[in-house]
Amino acid sequence: MLQFILNNKEIITSLPSGSVLLDFIRYERKLTGTKIGCREGDCGACTVLVGTLAGDKIIYRAMTSCLVPLGNIAHKHIVTVEGINMEVLTKVQEFMNDAGATQCGFCTPGFIMSLTGYCLQSDDFSNEKALASIDGNICRCTGYKSIERAAARIVNTMKHLKNQNRIDFLIEEKILPSYFNTINARLRSLGQKAATNGTYTTGEKKYFTGGGTDLYVQRPEEMKYTDSHFMSFDEEMQTIKVENGICTIGGSATVTALLESAFLKKYFLRNSEFIKLISSTPIRNMATIGGNFVNASPIGDLTIFFLALEATLILTNGVEDRKILLKDFYLGYKKLDKHSDEYIRAVTFIVPDENCFFNFEKVSKRTHLDIASVNTALFLKLEGEKIIEARLSAGGVGPTPMILKKTSASLLGNAVDISLIKKCIMQAMEEISPMGDARGTAAYKTLLLEQLIKAHFITLFPELNFSEMIKSVV
Amino acid sequence: MKNIETFTHVRGESIYLDDIPELSGTLYGAAFGSPHAHGKIRKLDLSEALDYPGVVRIFTYDDIPGKNQIGSIVADEELFAEDEVHFRGMPVAFVVAESDEAARAAVKKIKIEIDPLEVITDPRVAKEMGNLLTPSRTFNLGDCESAWDKCAHIFQGIAETNGQEHLYIETQGAYTLPLDHDSIKVFTSTQGPTAVQSHMADVLGIPMHRLEVEVTRLGGGFGGKEDQATTWAILCALATYHLRKPVKYSLHRLDDMWMTGKRNPYSSDFKIGLDQDLKIIAYQATFYQNAGASADLSPSVLERTLFHCTNTYFIPNVKAVSYCCRTNLPPNTAFRGFGGPQGMFVIEAAINTAAEYLGVSALEIQRKNLLKTGDELPFGQKVKSYANECWQQAEKLFDISQMQRDISHFNKENNLFKKGLAIMPICFGISFTKITLNQARALVHVYIDGSVGVSTGAVEMGQGVNTKMAQVASSIFSIDPARVKIHSTNTYRISNTSPSAASATADLNGKAVEMACNEILGRLKFVASEMLHCTELDITFSNEIIFCKEKQTELTWTQLIQAAYTRRTALSEHAHYATPEIHYNPTIEKGHPFAYHVYGTSVCVVKVDCVRGTYEVEEIKVVHDFGKPINDLIDYGQIEGGIVQGMGWMTMEEIIYDQNGVLRSNALSTYKVPDIYSVPKTLEVHPFLSDEPMAIFGSKATGEPPLMYGLGVYFAIRNAVCAFNNNCSPAYSAPFTPEKVLMNLYAPIKKSSEKNEPTITGLETNQTQP
Repeated sequence: MLQFILNNKEIITSLPSGSVLLDFIRYERKLTGTKIGCREGDCGACTVLVGTLAGDKIIYRAMTSCLVPLGNIAHKHIVTVEGINMEVLTKVQEFMNDAGATQCGFCTPGFIMSLTGYCLQSDDFSNEKALASIDGNICRCTGYKSIERAAARIVNTMKHLKNQNRIDFLIEEKILPSYFNTINARLRSLGQKAATNGTYTTGEKKYFTGGGTDLYVQRPEEMKYTDSHFMSFDEEMQTIKVENGICTIGGSATVTALLESAFLKKYFLRNSEFIKLISSTPIRNMATIGGNFVNASPIGDLTIFFLALEATLILTNGVEDRKILLKDFYLGYKKLDKHSDEYIRAVTFIVPDENCFFNFEKVSKRTHLDIASVNTALFLKLEGEKIIEARLSAGGVGPTPMILKKTSASLLGNAVDISLIKKCIMQAMEEISPMGDARGTAAYKTLLLEQLIKAHFITLFPELNFSEMIKSVV
Repeated sequence: MKNIETFTHVRGESIYLDDIPELSGTLYGAAFGSPHAHGKIRKLDLSEALDYPGVVRIFTYDDIPGKNQIGSIVADEELFAEDEVHFRGMPVAFVVAESDEAARAAVKKIKIEIDPLEVITDPRVAKEMGNLLTPSRTFNLGDCESAWDKCAHIFQGIAETNGQEHLYIETQGAYTLPLDHDSIKVFTSTQGPTAVQSHMADVLGIPMHRLEVEVTRLGGGFGGKEDQATTWAILCALATYHLRKPVKYSLHRLDDMWMTGKRNPYSSDFKIGLDQDLKIIAYQATFYQNAGASADLSPSVLERTLFHCTNTYFIPNVKAVSYCCRTNLPPNTAFRGFGGPQGMFVIEAAINTAAEYLGVSALEIQRKNLLKTGDELPFGQKVKSYANECWQQAEKLFDISQMQRDISHFNKENNLFKKGLAIMPICFGISFTKITLNQARALVHVYIDGSVGVSTGAVEMGQGVNTKMAQVASSIFSIDPARVKIHSTNTYRISNTSPSAASATADLNGKAVEMACNEILGRLKFVASEMLHCTELDITFSNEIIFCKEKQTELTWTQLIQAAYTRRTALSEHAHYATPEIHYNPTIEKGHPFAYHVYGTSVCVVKVDCVRGTYEVEEIKVVHDFGKPINDLIDYGQIEGGIVQGMGWMTMEEIIYDQNGVLRSNALSTYKVPDIYSVPKTLEVHPFLSDEPMAIFGSKATGEPPLMYGLGVYFAIRNAVCAFNNNCSPAYSAPFTPEKVLMNLYAPIKKSSEKNEPTITGLETNQTQP
C-alpha cells in the first residue's frame, strides 16, 4: 500500500506503484484542475508540487504529474491546484487574474503551480528566476507577456520574505492556505520508512526507475504494470561530494541537484548556464544523472557533458560494485555494457584544477526544453601553453554519444591557436557519421559540429583572433 | 472589465471536455487510423481486437446508418475509409471498450492489409498530375499582362510557407449521451457546433433537432477545431446511436498530431514589377496550396489567400491564381489567419526580392505603396484605409530610422553577432468570406430576480468572447456585469450557428446580443414609463437605477423586472443579426466581402549568433488599429498572443512529413512552439484609434490580424543572415529554423537557378508507426 498526502488529505492506495500520478489525481480523485496536455512532460499543463521531507523541512518541487509514478511519491506531499485554492484567490492567482494572464485557461493551473512552487522554494527573488520556474509551461494562446507581468508582482511580494518561517510567511501573504503548516508533522506521522514502498522483483521485466522521465514517455502502458525499484528513496544515491580530488555524484541525483550544487558551481563557473539548456524545471526536478546515462540517447546532454570529463560509472547489483568508464558504457545504438540487475550507483570524475578548461555547447530548434540537434563538450588541460589532456565529446553525430578519440588525441602536445582549431575540426569531420532526422539533415549536423567546435575555443580562449576563421567553413 | 473566465481558470475550476463528470456505464472510444498514406484496403482483420478484454464493439463504415460523408465545402471526405485510404491517420475503425486503456490497447491489435498507391506530398506535383480539389480561381485587377512593359524593374521568385500544428493544449474530444426520443446529447470541443450537428445528422440519418451539441469552452482552438472536431464527435455519436450508452473519446496528443490536419503549407510563384520611383505597377502570384487529402476548409482558406494577396499595398495591376492541390496528407484546415498570412508572405517576399536587387531597404518599397482610402483591392472592394496612419505613428513612436542606424552600427562593430530589422504592415479583412456565414443569433433571458442569461452561437476558446458578450448586455441594461451569465453554446438554444472563426465572433454575436437587449430594454422602458407616469423617451437606466427626465427615481432594476413580470411583459428575446453591406460575386470575383479591415504596422529586431546559427527576437513593437477597444486587457492578450504564434510559425515550428506521408514531427519533443524564453524581451503594442460602426461598440476584431506581425521576424532574420554573408540569398522558405540560418550563414554563392528547398522536407522514409 502506498501512503502519501494529497493536498489536505492522507491517502492510502493499493493501485500499482507504476501507474502515473496524473491519472490518479484526475480519474481516481476526480481532481480535474490538473490538465492533460501531452503526457510526455513537454507542456506543463499537469504540473503539481511534490513536497519531500528533508531534515526538519519540506522541499517542494514542481513536477509534471504525467511522468511521476506513484511509487516515487510515497510519503510525500502532493499539491494540486485544488490544494492551494482558498475562498479568495491566492496572490499568485490574483496577480494572474489582474494581468489578464489567462486566455483559454487550459495551461493556467500548471503555471499557477509552477509559480507557487517558485514561492515555496526559490531563494532568488529576481524576475529571471521567477521566469525560470515556468520554463516548462507552454501557453499556446500565448500569453507569456502577461504571465511575465504577473510573475514580476509575485517576485515583489516574495521580496518581503525576511527571516521568518517560509510557510508561515506564505500563509500570511495568502499564497498558501493555512493547512500547509500541518503537513510537516503529518508527513512524519505517516509511519514506516518510505524506501520499502518500492517493490523489487527478480522477474524478467524489472526496472530501476529513477525520475521516470524517459521510461514514462517511451512505454507508459508497460510501466504501469511493471514492478520497479524506485531509486529516489536512497538518500546516499542523491548526494554530490568531493573527496581527495574526486567528485562523486550519486546515481539518483537529479539534474536540479546538479544545477544547485555548490561544488559544481565552483568548478564549472558556467554550470548553471549549461544545465539550464537541459530540459525544463519540472523535468530537471525528476530526471536523474543515472537515468540520463542509461537512457543512452545519442544526444543525451549530461552524457556529453560527463564524457568530456572522463567520468567513471560505479555500477552495482546491490552486492558487488563494478567500475566502468562512461565512454566504454555505450556499445551501440541504445546498447549498454550493463547487466539487467545492475544500476548506476554513482558517477565519479577528477575535479578539474585551474589548468583545466571546460565548455559545453548545445543547439536545438528551440533553445530551451528541446532535444539537441548537436551537443558537444570540450575538456582541455594545459601545461604552460601545451595541451596535455584533451577530450572532445559530441552527440547527434553518430549512433551513440561519443568521445571523438582521434580528434582529442590530435590536440595533445600543441598550443591552442587557429591552425590547431582548424586541424581539430578537419579531424572531427572524419570521425562522425550523422544521420538526417527531425532534428536536422546530416549536412546541417556536420556544419553545426564544426561551428560548435569553434564556439568552444571562442568561449574558452577569447583572446585568439578568430575573425578570419569565423567567416569561412573549414 | 476583467475576463469573466479567469477566476475559475486560475483556480482550475473551469470545465473542459475531459473534466465533465462521467455517467456510470460510460464507454471509451479510440480510432484506428490508416498506417499508410495512400492505398487500397485489401483486408481488415478485427478479430484479435474484438477478443481483447473489455472491448464492446468495433465500428466501421458498415455501421453507418446514413451517409459516410463529412466534407463541409465539398462532399469528398469519408468518415471511415471504405475501399481506399487517402492519408495516414484516416479513420478506418472505431473501437469502443469499457476503459480508455482497453480501447487504446485493442486499436493496436487491429490488422490491416493495404495495397499501396503513389503517395503525393508536394502540391506542385499534385497540380501537375491534375489532382485539384476545386477548380482554379483567379483574381484580376487592371491588366497585368500589358503592365509589365511599363515596369522599370521586374523580379520573380518562389516563396514557401510550411504548415503549422495548432497544438491547442486541450486535444480534440467528445462525449455523447443517449437521450430519449432517439436523441443524443453531444459534448464536444468544437469551434463549430452546427458543423458537428449537421454532419452528425447526415451520418446517422436523423434530423438535426435530435442532436443537442453543447460546448462550454475550448482549451484552445486556433482554427484546428473549426471543422476537424467533427470526426471525433461523430465517432462517439455513432457508437451511442448503436449502443445507447454514453461514449467518450479524448485524443492522446500523438494521435491528435498525426490524425488531424494543420495550417495549409503553400508553395507560390511571384512576379513583381516596379517603376523608377519604387511604385509597384504589377504583381502576379500563383498559389499552390497543399490541401491534404480532402477539401475540408481549404478552398475557403485559399480564397482568403487571394483576398490578402496584396496585403496592405495598392497595386493597380494584379493577377492572382490559386490551386487547391490534393495530396496524401491529413486534410489541412483553418489556422488563425486562414490563408491570409500565406498570401501576405508571398507579397512580402516579392518586395524583399526587389529591395535586395535594387539595393534599397524593403521598407522604402513598403511605405511607398501603402493603401489609401478609396483604393481598390484586386477583388473590387474599395477600402477605408488607416495603413499610412499606422505606419506614420510607428515611424514616429519607434524612431525607425534611428533603429536602422543602430543596427548598421552594431553590425559594423560585431563579427559574431548580426542584427536584422524588418517592418511588417498588415491589412486584414473582417467577415467570413462566405457571405452566408455572416449571421448570428442571441437569446437573452431576464429572470424575475433581475439576473440575465445570454446564449449566443459564440464559442469561448480564450479569445474572451464571453466577457465581451457580458459587457454588451450589462452596458445596454446598465447593470452590474455580475448579473449577467453567459451560457454554454448549445444548438438547442441557438440554431444554425456560424463557427467561431474569422475574427468575427464578437462582432456577429455581439450585435445580436445588442439587438436582443435593446428589444427588452424598450419593453422595460414602457413599463417604467407607466409606473413613473412619463413617456418612454424620458426613461434612462444607470447603474441599476431608473432615471426619469434625468432625475433619479426610487425604482431599481430588480423592482422594475418584477413589475414587468407582474404585467406579463416578455422578458426574453431572440435576435438575429446579419452583417449589412457585404456582398460577393464569385463568378466575376468582385464584390465587397469585408465589413471592414484592421490595419497596423510592426517593427522587429532579431539578433543572430553567427557562430551557432541561433537567434533571438529582441523586440517587436506594434501600432495596431483597435477601433475603440471595449476591453483592453483582452485585446492586448489577443495581439501579444497572435504575434508570438506568428513568430513561432516563422521560426521554430517545423512540420516534417517524409515522402511516405509519415509525420516525423509527431510529438511535442519534435515539434517546438514558443516557450517563455522565445518571446521577445520587448513586446510593445500601441493603439491606433479609429471609428468603425460595423464593429461591436466600435471595437475592431483582434483575433487573427496580429498573427501576421510575426511574419516580420522571418524577414528580420533574413536581413541579419545577409549582413553576415552577403553572398547568400536565402530561399523564401519559412520557417527560418536555426538549421536554415546556419546553412545560409555559411552558404557559398548561390546560383539564381537553384530551386527552393521543398516545403515538405524530403527525408528518407521511416516505417515506424506512432
